[in-house]
Amino acid sequence: MRTNRLTKQRIKEFLKEGKRFDGRELDEFREIYIETGVSKKAEGSARVRLGKTEVIVGVKMNIGEPYPDSPDEGNMMVTAELTPMSSNRFESGPPRIEAIELARVIDRGIRESKVIDFKKLCIKKGEKVWTIFIDIYSINDDGNLLDAAGFGALAALKNAKIPKYDDKEEKVLYGEWTNKNIPLNFIPLSCTIHKIDNQFIVDPNKEEEDASEARITIAISGDGTIHAMQKGNSKELKIEEFNEILDLAEKNYKKLFPKIEKFLK
Amino acid sequence: MSENQRKIVIPGEVIVSGEDYLPGEGTEKRGENIVAIRYGLAEEQNKLIKVIPLSGVYEPRRGNVVIGRVENLTFNGWIIDIGSAVNGFLPILEVPKYINKNDLAEIMDIGDMVIAKVWSVKRKGIDLSLKSRGLGKVEEGIIIKINSKRVPRVIGKEGSMVSMIKEKTNCNITVGQNGLIWIKGDRIEDELLAKKAILFVAEKSYVNGLTDKVKEWFEEISLEDGKTVKKGGKK
Amino acid sequence: MVKEFKRPDGRKVDEIREMKAKVGVVPNADGSAMFQFGETIAIAAVYGPKEMHPQHEQDPEKGVLRCTYNMMSFSVADRIRPGPSRRSQEISKITEWALSPVVMLENFPNTVVDVHIYILQANASTRCAGINAAAMALAHAGVPMKDLVTSVSIGKLNKTLVVDLNKDEEDWEEGEGATDIPITMTSTGEKITHIQLDGKISVKQLKESIELARKASKKIYEVQKSALKNSMEEEQ
Repeated sequence: MRTNRLTKQRIKEFLKEGKRFDGRELDEFREIYIETGVSKKAEGSARVRLGKTEVIVGVKMNIGEPYPDSPDEGNMMVTAELTPMSSNRFESGPPRIEAIELARVIDRGIRESKVIDFKKLCIKKGEKVWTIFIDIYSINDDGNLLDAAGFGALAALKNAKIPKYDDKEEKVLYGEWTNKNIPLNFIPLSCTIHKIDNQFIVDPNKEEEDASEARITIAISGDGTIHAMQKGNSKELKIEEFNEILDLAEKNYKKLFPKIEKFLK
Repeated sequence: MSENQRKIVIPGEVIVSGEDYLPGEGTEKRGENIVAIRYGLAEEQNKLIKVIPLSGVYEPRRGNVVIGRVENLTFNGWIIDIGSAVNGFLPILEVPKYINKNDLAEIMDIGDMVIAKVWSVKRKGIDLSLKSRGLGKVEEGIIIKINSKRVPRVIGKEGSMVSMIKEKTNCNITVGQNGLIWIKGDRIEDELLAKKAILFVAEKSYVNGLTDKVKEWFEEISLEDGKTVKKGGKK
Repeated sequence: MVKEFKRPDGRKVDEIREMKAKVGVVPNADGSAMFQFGETIAIAAVYGPKEMHPQHEQDPEKGVLRCTYNMMSFSVADRIRPGPSRRSQEISKITEWALSPVVMLENFPNTVVDVHIYILQANASTRCAGINAAAMALAHAGVPMKDLVTSVSIGKLNKTLVVDLNKDEEDWEEGEGATDIPITMTSTGEKITHIQLDGKISVKQLKESIELARKASKKIYEVQKSALKNSMEEEQ
């Protein structure tokens, strides 16, 4: 059920005083729980819970042809399904714009930060490279699927082992893995900051997300470099507000990183 | 099974055997057996066996006070989502007010929340009315949702539970039988405390001596007050 | 000399892989459940009864049960493209038929009960795990039901009947190869609500298969029952 207007109004009034309904600080995440290796046929997988929000992410790999403009680099594809299981707001059928946007935001956060060393995923230049598929499924939507999916994608990548490949037969030996991980450079984090009535919050639950006026997802790495960004929702941001969000993003990374890292195996 | 004893049952499970039992709600007679057709708590009263479901969508009854959301407007009334399998309908004639038929939105528009009474439940649909005290559009406060099957516990015996929560939190509370609950206090903190208390009751619905537990809960909360409701605010 | 028959994973012929079950795994749903046969894991979530859209699919006599079965793309060795396939659509329909005989929606005209099933990890018997999870999720959602249903696949490996096929067994090639018979029954094993068969089998052995399914059904039912009961007991 959609959050009613009255409650959204109250959320805003309360935020004016700097307070959230569930008592969290404005920059406080709900409890983060990550479990890896939840789907054993996948090269890597992870389940992420942010409070009652839950996503499952799986990584599969296959051999493909490289793109002509990057003949010695592996490929990556991200898809997301906002399943009708996870909320009565989602319907069965082809992915809608919300799912497409989510997958693309996660894709760019990973691709642009160069977290994956694609050069090491080349088998034969111009002919054969590894393609990494990252598939995201929502299990329960209580807000902030975006960040849950981002953490899940990282955890699943980190969890993945490269499958064995039979060079002669030119096929992947699925179900048999090498002990090699996907070559990762460092860990960037994607975190979304929401603007609600002149306040900025992270990790909104569903009713807060319903009250959100603008959001910015920022993929940032430990040295403060920003790699990808997406503004969503229909209200505008003032320049000062935007600057404030950037400062918040940096602070967030420092707070979040240890909470995420401890689960990455 | 003995009187005043409750037993968790699942669909298809035989609750009791014997000709002298009668099948009540959530049960069916099959031969000598009374069988559950719902997941819930089976109980016996004067040989009548029934199953009290603990889950499931709201099943409206005539006379229920409910809270709903205006889904749509028609030429002669409002379609209200009350969380039941089918929407409710509030006809113009059941609104005790002068209404300009050309501008129903002026009275209630899509997205507005309304407290109404169920005045008829037919196979074809559910009709609602505002012709009673305390009914009408909700203008302020917060609205929360619990499972409708937990409502009796939130209300308590003769309203004892909700009275206590009202008193402890200084809030006005209207509990819709459909599980939507309207809370209005002077301070948002009070409303949130009432919300927490109600969610606590809903979660612990089947605990024995719930009233005492809730009293204890309020005492604990007031001890750690600063932590639970006055938190936040730093920037 | 007759070589003694051995299952690839060492199970006895009538042994079901380790089963796990849990309800309430999707808090947003009206009811939900997880059911696991060894490495095969299914999650099911139920929404409804709720008004049926599109309207022309409404039934004025009773509520409609609508199931969707989907495998997560990474649940099998060879990644499958996300989204429905011919296979998943057929299994969705089969699942609907497997559950319909026990679901009582006479009092909910013009409504729909949606059951969404996802396979998180697959090692054969996914439709059976899905149906077992769905039956639990429907009960958990408070939907009136005559009974639960239990589902299991019976296999014939060369000439031997076995219970609960895994992937290695499904791919059995020795002798007469593998015959796969997924069967769904009411909890007491009195009625069949779903049966399919791929392979070759005599009438006599098929009848024996049904008996094996009946016995397995009782074990599966116990797992479903205790998951449902435990969830409520935890509350008390």
